[in-house]
Formats: sequence, C-alpha cells, structure tokens
Amino acid sequence: MKLIEDANQQALERILEGEPRLIDIVPARELIPGLRERMILHAGPPISWDRMCGPMRGAVAGAIVFEGWAQDLPTATKLAASGEIEFHPNHHFGAVGPMTGMTTISMPLFVVENARFGNRAYCAINEGLGKVMRFGGNDASVLKRLAWLRDVFGPTLGKAIRAAGGIDLKSIVARGLSMGDELHQRNLACSSVFLREIAPWMARTSTDNAVLAECLAFIGQNDQFFLNIAMAMGKAITDPANGIRGSTIVTAMCRNGTDFGIRVSGLGEQWFTAPVEMPEGLYFAGYSEKDANPDMGDSAIVETIGLGGFAMAAAPAVAGFVGAGAPSEAGNFTRAMGEITVAQNPEWTIAAMDFAGVPTGIDIRLVVDSGVVPVINTGIAHREPGIGQVGAGVVKAPLACFQQAIVAIAKDLGVS
Amino acid sequence: MTDQDGPQYQQLLARKVEVVNVGLEGFVKDLRDCGIDVVHVDWKPSAGGDPQMAALLAKLGV
Repeated sequence: MKLIEDANQQALERILEGEPRLIDIVPARELIPGLRERMILHAGPPISWDRMCGPMRGAVAGAIVFEGWAQDLPTATKLAASGEIEFHPNHHFGAVGPMTGMTTISMPLFVVENARFGNRAYCAINEGLGKVMRFGGNDASVLKRLAWLRDVFGPTLGKAIRAAGGIDLKSIVARGLSMGDELHQRNLACSSVFLREIAPWMARTSTDNAVLAECLAFIGQNDQFFLNIAMAMGKAITDPANGIRGSTIVTAMCRNGTDFGIRVSGLGEQWFTAPVEMPEGLYFAGYSEKDANPDMGDSAIVETIGLGGFAMAAAPAVAGFVGAGAPSEAGNFTRAMGEITVAQNPEWTIAAMDFAGVPTGIDIRLVVDSGVVPVINTGIAHREPGIGQVGAGVVKAPLACFQQAIVAIAKDLGVS
Repeated sequence: MTDQDGPQYQQLLARKVEVVNVGLEGFVKDLRDCGIDVVHVDWKPSAGGDPQMAALLAKLGV
C-alpha cells in the first residue's frame, strides 16, 4: 500500500536523521509545563494507583516523601491511595524514566535536544545500583541519594555540560556498540566514553575538589550511568517520527509493571496495551522467579531505536548476563529483530555482524505477520516494594499490542 | 498421488533421501533420527493462521 510505504519511509528518515545532543540538566519543574505539586509521572502507559504493582507503589510513596508531600511512607501510601496524587505517564510530557520511572517537580532531568528537528526529551539521572527508587526502593538511603543528585550532582554536571556546549550522543553510541555495549543492560563502554568527554569540563567548572571527586566517582562507579541519557536520546529521536498518517512504524514501547504499551506513528498519541510479561533471565544469589515483578520501565525506548535486545550481537557478554543463551547466540536476537524492522542504521553498526547496522524501524505489520515480537533486555525488580533489583533478563513484547494497532490503523485508513 | 505415480515415487525413495522441512520443526528430529539429511525452513502462516488478520495484513501491503 503506497500510502503506508511512503509514510514509513518518512518515519524512518526522521528516526535516522535525528541529531541528539545532551545539552543540560534542569529540575523537572522548569522543563515540563503542567508538572505540579502532587503530580507524579511514571513509566509505561497510563495506570491508576489501584492497578499499580508493588515496586511502583513503593516508588510512588518514596517520591511523595522526597517531595515533602507526606512526612513518612505510610502517610504517603495513604495519600497516594486517596486520589489526591495525580498520575501520568512520562511519555505524555516528553519524558521517559527507567523501571518505575518516577519524575516529580524537583528531580533534575537530563535534557537531550534533537538538533535536526528542534525537539527535546528528558530523563532523570541514573541512581546507581543497589537499593534505588527505580526498582521500588524508598528508604532513607534512597531519598538521601536523590537529594544529593538534586542539590549537588545535577547542578555540577549540568554546569559542565553547558560549558562543553553539549555532548554529541550518536558518536558515543557508535563507539559503545564497538566496545561491547548494547545500551540497555550493558552501558559500561558508553558510560566510560561519556566520562572521558565530560571530566575535563567538570574539572574546569567545579569550584570544590571534594565535590568534583565525589561526582566523578559517582559516574565512574556506575556501569549503567549512560542508560538514562540513552533513553532521553531515544525519546528525542522517536518523537519527530510520531504522527505520520499511515505509518506502521512503532514510536514507543514501555511498561508499567502491569501493562505493556506501544505507540505507532500513524496512530499518534494512542496507546495499545496488553498485560506485560515476566522477564526470563537470571537471578542474583538468594532470589528466584517467585520474587520477580512483571516487567517495568520506559527503557524499551532504546529497543525502539534499534539498541538493547535489537543490538544483542554487539554485546555477547550480555546474552549470558540476561540468561539469553551462549554468547555465540547473541547474533540470533539481532537477526530475528531484522525480520520485523524496515532498515538498518548505517551510523550504528555491529562489528560481529560484518558491520551491519542495528535493526531499525519496527513495523507492526511485520510483527503480526511473522509472530516475531520485539525482545527487550531488562532488569528484574522484586515484586515487593522497597527491595530493589533481583536479576536481569529478556522480556518479549506482547503480540496483542501489535494486533490491536493493526486493526486500528486499518480502520483509520478505511481498510476492512 | 495416483497409481501411475507409484513407480516414480518408489524410485524417489530408492535414492538417498534429502528433505526440506517447512513449518513444524518436530518432523526434523524424527527424520534425522532415521539418518536422513534435513534442512529446516522456519515458516509460519501469516498472522499465526488467523485468516481475518492475514486478510487485513494483505490489504495493508504485507
């Protein structure tokens, strides 16, 4: 159908032509019009408090205490259940967030600008490993770290990013892919390259050596630091490709721990949702599948642009880490995702695939026709609030989302 | 197959059999267990065999 092919070509060009640059770190209230007191943005498609999973509820309670809307976690939980807190998806406000994806007014957010189209996207700073809010953590240590990110780290790094005149992200991703990252469960190379680029600017702009050392160590000790930057980059790249009538290209995939949701270019802001699946993977010592929460997070935006599970061939070590088989089988994931995408990205190539580009532009027609669904590399959260990460694995997008979208786009185009 | 195909069919089996298996993978193991060379083609009907969805996809250009 020519209308669809032309629309898809346009969507693909917009994705490939994106020029994402990290330009700043700014408190959410200054970036997002409409974000107010007693409003929380979360990962995934829309969800109400009564349908939220344990870690999401735990993170919500923590965010409420962090913002000072309640004095303690039990009071915060009651407030959240009372209907006095507004919940909205990050995606509705140009933002994304990993796992529970909490975004509230005072949190500092990475700002990524797509210089080609002039749009911006936002994501909170990665908190590191261990007990963290993105996995539902909410105790004093979690809130103390968030306060440090807000008061010390965010302003320090933001100043350096501005002094550097922004950081080009495409080139960091290209180098990271050649150094064993797939940008979802492995960001070690990209985090290191980013640190190499930003460290001199942090040194030039910092006035306190102790703070500087603390901030440099925070980045250097977190192998996943770059993930949140990559997520904002993904959102900045895909947003201009949304809203092209007739296009069957996926522009967002995300999960809230209860539902999996997708957006499709030709269908604009509409969500197509289905129950989210359990990741299959490996668990940290002392934990098993019975502890696991169904999948969460806006981080599948990196798969939407051809990274993560789609770029598994670049990161054979990850295949073992997420329990997806032998490292030699990593290429099978990338080849399978090639079956449901319309192109390869010539700027992001994989040496192990003879420098083939990462599979880009998920076409819902190819997904439903073949039955091959997107694979997403993911962290696994404990099902109870406040505990944190218990493993890592691979989760499949539910086919039902794509089937619903096919019916909807057929209706929109007058096809029956 | 008709009676007329019989000799030709028998002739086929008299030679070394090589099989291309399309679709259900379960047949592959049985044939390999018999020492027969098999190439498997991973194929599924469009839309998992859902005729309505397959028809819709055909109209949408798949």
